[in-house]
Amino acid sequence: MELIRPDTRYDFMGKKKFTIWVSAVAILLCLGSFFFYGGLKYGVDFAGGVMIQIKFSKAMDVSEIRNSLAAMGLKDAMVQNFGGENEFLIRVEKSSEDFEEVSKKIQISLRERFKDQSLEIRRVEVVGPKVGKDLKKKALWAVGLSCLGILIYVAWRFKEVAYGLGGIVALFHDVIITYGAISIANIEYSLNILAVILTIIGFSINDTIVIFDRVRENNKKLRKESLKTIFNISINETLGRTILTSGTVMMVVLVLFFFGGPVIHDFTFALIIGLISGTYSTVYIASPVVLFWEEHISGRRRVRR
Amino acid sequence: MLKSLKWKAILYAAITLFAILLLMPTVTSQLPQWWSKVLPSEKIHQGLDLQGGMYLLLGVEADKAVESYVEQKKNSLGERLKELGIPVGKLEREKGDRISLEFSGAKEKVDNLLIQQFSTLHQLSPTEEGGIWKLQLILDPKEIEYAKKRAIDQALEIIRNRVDQFGVSEPEITLQGVDQILVQLPGITDPERAINLIGKTALLEFKLLDEEGNIDEALKGQIPEGDLLLYQKSPDPQTGAIRKIPFLLKEKTLMTGGFIKDARVAFDQFHEPYVALEFTDDGAKLFEHITGTNVKKRLAIILDSNVYSAPVIQEKIAGGRAQITGRFDMKEAGDLAIVLRSGALPAPVKILEERTVGPSLGQDSIRRGILSISISAILVVLFMIVYYRASGVIADIALILNVILTLATLALFKANLSLPGIAGLVLSVGMAVDANILIHERIKEELRWGKTPRAAIDQGYHRAFITIIDSNLTTLIAGVLLYQFGTGPVRGFAVTLCIGILANIFTAIYITRIIFDYITLRPGVKKLSI
Repeated sequence: MELIRPDTRYDFMGKKKFTIWVSAVAILLCLGSFFFYGGLKYGVDFAGGVMIQIKFSKAMDVSEIRNSLAAMGLKDAMVQNFGGENEFLIRVEKSSEDFEEVSKKIQISLRERFKDQSLEIRRVEVVGPKVGKDLKKKALWAVGLSCLGILIYVAWRFKEVAYGLGGIVALFHDVIITYGAISIANIEYSLNILAVILTIIGFSINDTIVIFDRVRENNKKLRKESLKTIFNISINETLGRTILTSGTVMMVVLVLFFFGGPVIHDFTFALIIGLISGTYSTVYIASPVVLFWEEHISGRRRVRR
Repeated sequence: MLKSLKWKAILYAAITLFAILLLMPTVTSQLPQWWSKVLPSEKIHQGLDLQGGMYLLLGVEADKAVESYVEQKKNSLGERLKELGIPVGKLEREKGDRISLEFSGAKEKVDNLLIQQFSTLHQLSPTEEGGIWKLQLILDPKEIEYAKKRAIDQALEIIRNRVDQFGVSEPEITLQGVDQILVQLPGITDPERAINLIGKTALLEFKLLDEEGNIDEALKGQIPEGDLLLYQKSPDPQTGAIRKIPFLLKEKTLMTGGFIKDARVAFDQFHEPYVALEFTDDGAKLFEHITGTNVKKRLAIILDSNVYSAPVIQEKIAGGRAQITGRFDMKEAGDLAIVLRSGALPAPVKILEERTVGPSLGQDSIRRGILSISISAILVVLFMIVYYRASGVIADIALILNVILTLATLALFKANLSLPGIAGLVLSVGMAVDANILIHERIKEELRWGKTPRAAIDQGYHRAFITIIDSNLTTLIAGVLLYQFGTGPVRGFAVTLCIGILANIFTAIYITRIIFDYITLRPGVKKLSI
């Protein structure tokens, strides 16, 4: 069966002026969200604090919970629904007391206050402020080192700066877009999300390499054509594979999104955004960067109109 | 050619069989008797977020241990100076780990004493004025390091001891970095109790009450010299509110819990539980001396600066036994006994990080995880068959094998499967498809360009191989870094992703190849169903 006819010849590279603007706007939106919308919402993993997930056997009103927390002196505590009408997430970010003490206090007094409503404490996370800072630092290192490692690998495999650069710019694009999306969607940045970022990094480059490989092959075969044409041909040739793979992975992630439950909901949302961005960036970020470099910066006169 | 094919096939079949065997314990709990003697018999290790449990990161405040050590040295020095008959004006511990000393008289005697018996203390800025010497003593830095390390090792040992007695199945207690202890307790149902048990410093002290001092004055802030004000927390039987009863005590600690040989729960005549202590021989002698010289006085039993009780010493107690009573329930008495048996922590521990997942949430997560894997597997399998027809079946076999191999490797290395780990598994299924697609698309192209099925397969694999390695390797780099920098469930994700990728490379390239080879090497195959 053929989803894509073998001789498709879409002019992908022709559209690049338009798509660069789309990307630029998207990135500006993301960066804007960082600086003006409040930036990344750090979860307990990075900001420290207390997070308690509770479940009642019947629906419960959020304000009741808020009131009982306020009575304990925690009026800054955040309470939100989580996955259903009777499940909630309580978050305390700052406290003059030791976080562990706060967690204990909350659990004891909530149990007391709601003892007739079969309150269940599903999950507790307490992270001291110093540990949070440590983790933040580690996360930064992880992302930084991944990008570096991959850049080195790509530069080594493709032996030309242009390709390495293309890959890295596409990577940065994807990382910014994914971070931006979670910031705009008000999703908490936790260790799980970090896992998503690193996965997207791997995936984005994965995608990019497949096309660059084909370009390299075609470059040897079709010496007479301009680089722009070669890129177009290569992308068209691998179109089948790109759509199929991205399609399958997306299908699988969507399954997780709908059936995986609330605990990994944010995780899968971020994955979806990253996947879309990753596939897009290969065609419309990485390739134009290589073309631009070869046409205007590298000394070669390989470009024939 | 066919012969080498046969050997390869046997090897792969053997690997597959081994993988399936590794997974049997996870799938069924009814294994025959002889199984555990011959074959690995452990289910896949579930992460704490799947089976429920507690993850606790403790920081040992080793500096405090150094302070206690210096305090001990100071007391010891004080006694030696007294023995030598040197009048001491001031002997105090200051600012953490310095000792400040003022004395009058022969400096050489003090110097000798220091060199002979306190060689780890160094003198700082000795000055003399009118016959009075003032100097500061600090601990040798190497000794400080040594004291810290010893405190941390001891703390690790004691916590292990306590957790052992608490009765958790498969606890994991390890040292993290220089001064942190990681405690993982799967399946725990009472996290608060566990935290109390583990985090308690549990320093037991015996001090005398100052029965002449004025307790009301003390409460207002006028605490007599050499005294200490501590409280007993006593819940009011009717309201449940905690009353704090003050006690004025003589500061000097007569005896500590270090002399306890054993501590057990026992019952008194009202069937109320209490903790029965048995002292070591030295402890028994000391206790006999203390009780003998203080008959009719009150002796306070203090745990972590809380007064437990302050009974009157009726007579000299020679048997080396004592009791701690209070309004306990069985659990409290039991926990106190555990903590006294395992000894006091040399330094306090602070809880830096706690992550607890209740069992019901764990069950939920498992259910959803299995559901997700099943649905996505079915979708992908169907898709491959529809799109690539018979070759799709080959790819599906590889996919299924991929999942089996990944899970089996997890079981073999006792790695943890977490909820993000299941997501990682689902993800690597999606990526496994990629490798197969690369190969199949390439084969199709070669066929289109007119090559024979054999040649097409050869070329297809050859060309796709490089790309598959490239792209999988980069995701592997990200996965390895994630493993290094992640903890707990995130690590589980990294592990399943990495193993999935490696299994993927194996199944996509080698397993599918051998099947293709087998099909096309039979004479008369002209067309490939792809």
